[in-house]
Amino acid sequence: MRWESWSDFWFMGGYGLYVWGSMGMTAVLLLVEMAQAHLAHRRALALVRAEQSFENP
Amino acid sequence: MTMRWFYYAAPQTFYGLAGRLWPWLAALALALTVAGLWVGFALAPADAQQGEGYRIIFVHVPASWMSMVIYLAMAFWSVLGLTFNTRLSGMMTRALAPTGAIFAFLSLWTGALWGKPMWGTWWVWDARLTSELILFFLYLGYIALTSAIDDVRRADRAGALIAIVGAINVPIIYFSVKWWNTLHQGASVSLTRSPSMAQLMLWGMLLMALAMWVYTLAIVCYRVRTLIIERECHTDWVQALPEVAGAKA
Amino acid sequence: MNAFFALVARDLRLAFRRKAEVLSGVFFFVVVAALFPLAIGPEAATLRHIGPGVLWVGALLASMLTLPRLFENDWRDGSLEHLVLSPHPLGLLVLGKIVAHWLVSGLPLVALAPLLGLQFDLPSDALGMLALSLLLGTPVLSCIGAIGAALTLGVRGGGVLVALLVLPLFVPVLVFGAGAVEALNSGLGAQAHVSILLAMLLPTVFFSPWACSAALRIALE
Repeated sequence: MRWESWSDFWFMGGYGLYVWGSMGMTAVLLLVEMAQAHLAHRRALALVRAEQSFENP
Repeated sequence: MTMRWFYYAAPQTFYGLAGRLWPWLAALALALTVAGLWVGFALAPADAQQGEGYRIIFVHVPASWMSMVIYLAMAFWSVLGLTFNTRLSGMMTRALAPTGAIFAFLSLWTGALWGKPMWGTWWVWDARLTSELILFFLYLGYIALTSAIDDVRRADRAGALIAIVGAINVPIIYFSVKWWNTLHQGASVSLTRSPSMAQLMLWGMLLMALAMWVYTLAIVCYRVRTLIIERECHTDWVQALPEVAGAKA
Repeated sequence: MNAFFALVARDLRLAFRRKAEVLSGVFFFVVVAALFPLAIGPEAATLRHIGPGVLWVGALLASMLTLPRLFENDWRDGSLEHLVLSPHPLGLLVLGKIVAHWLVSGLPLVALAPLLGLQFDLPSDALGMLALSLLLGTPVLSCIGAIGAALTLGVRGGGVLVALLVLPLFVPVLVFGAGAVEALNSGLGAQAHVSILLAMLLPTVFFSPWACSAALRIALE
């Protein structure tokens, strides 16, 4: 293992802010992207259901 | 062989294929991410010059690569769409754009966070970063254009044209930015000069790049399914889908 | 060929009837050129340094302003459809419109830039290179801008959208155009820049009418 302790890991040799700022932003954006895709899919399904109920009342 | 490709060019059949594929791709992407992060953070040593700070490359370089690969993919689907007039091509291009834009932004963000401790400034006008910035603008332009046009088919075709024009310009833009950069900065530092790569560093980077690539495939499959549902909502086959009738409310 | 010249003449005539529309782009250029010294300070050395860049960006933005006019009016009154349906090659007709647009919007900038360059205390050979680079660059702006204008025909947020689409594509022209004047000023000689500007101009003039026609057909369907 490279790191002596967890705090060493977070400190990242003094570059913690930059490394975790990068990794963090990446994780956040990709998670948001996935969530957004999922929500859009749900909305699309609701749209189809609405179409259905409109055509077959 | 051609028949197989055209078979999947129909939204209905592609929907099924993408539906089967995306969970496996997502799982693979997760596995690759874990592997890449493990190699990158647990195994790879510190860099001689940059200490631990170089580890940003494990997201910076893959994100840059993906932002370029995705734009090429968009151009590819655009050419296909304008040539064969298939509906799916427009959907693929639209599905790719947001992911490409996100990777372009991440490339810039991580590039800035890498530059600050290394070169002292949050932004460096080197050729790579500046070209990446312009690529980000090209993504935004595509998204803005396709969002602004109401007619879906016209929006697809207009987007395809701008994507192709952009793709042709990207090498020209890169070349001119490189020229501009060397003129104004001379022999200055550049983010393109990577540290001498230890084997593990390279492996970490490649694994992360692969992870992002597979992730892109997964999310594009997922997104295209949504687009298909939206655009084909009047058809019988969509209305008969189990997801529509199912408990997912 | 007759159709080409007829179209150029027609567009020029129409432009002269609406002088305000045409001149607004030119006045924008003048105003923008004045804004920079006001924002940065009147120190001559600084102005000489930023002058070529400021004037190039100003010319770029002024060209962008007049682009929507290229197809919009014809589209509204139906004459654009006639042009598309006519037996003449659409590429040639589009080139005619682009030429007319450049004559009215681009060429005045070329003529005006040296005068504005005096406000930035640029030496006379720099003024000459500024004019030459703009002479080679503004047609490229008109050509690429026309593609953007055609794609955004009748779309909401038109003007800004065209700018967002087209400005990134202008970067090479900007780099070499402004760079030409810089190079001359620093004594390196601008021959390479001029050659590259020419190398960008010729293919653009050749290919953009074709892309523009495709864009118009997409917009009019």
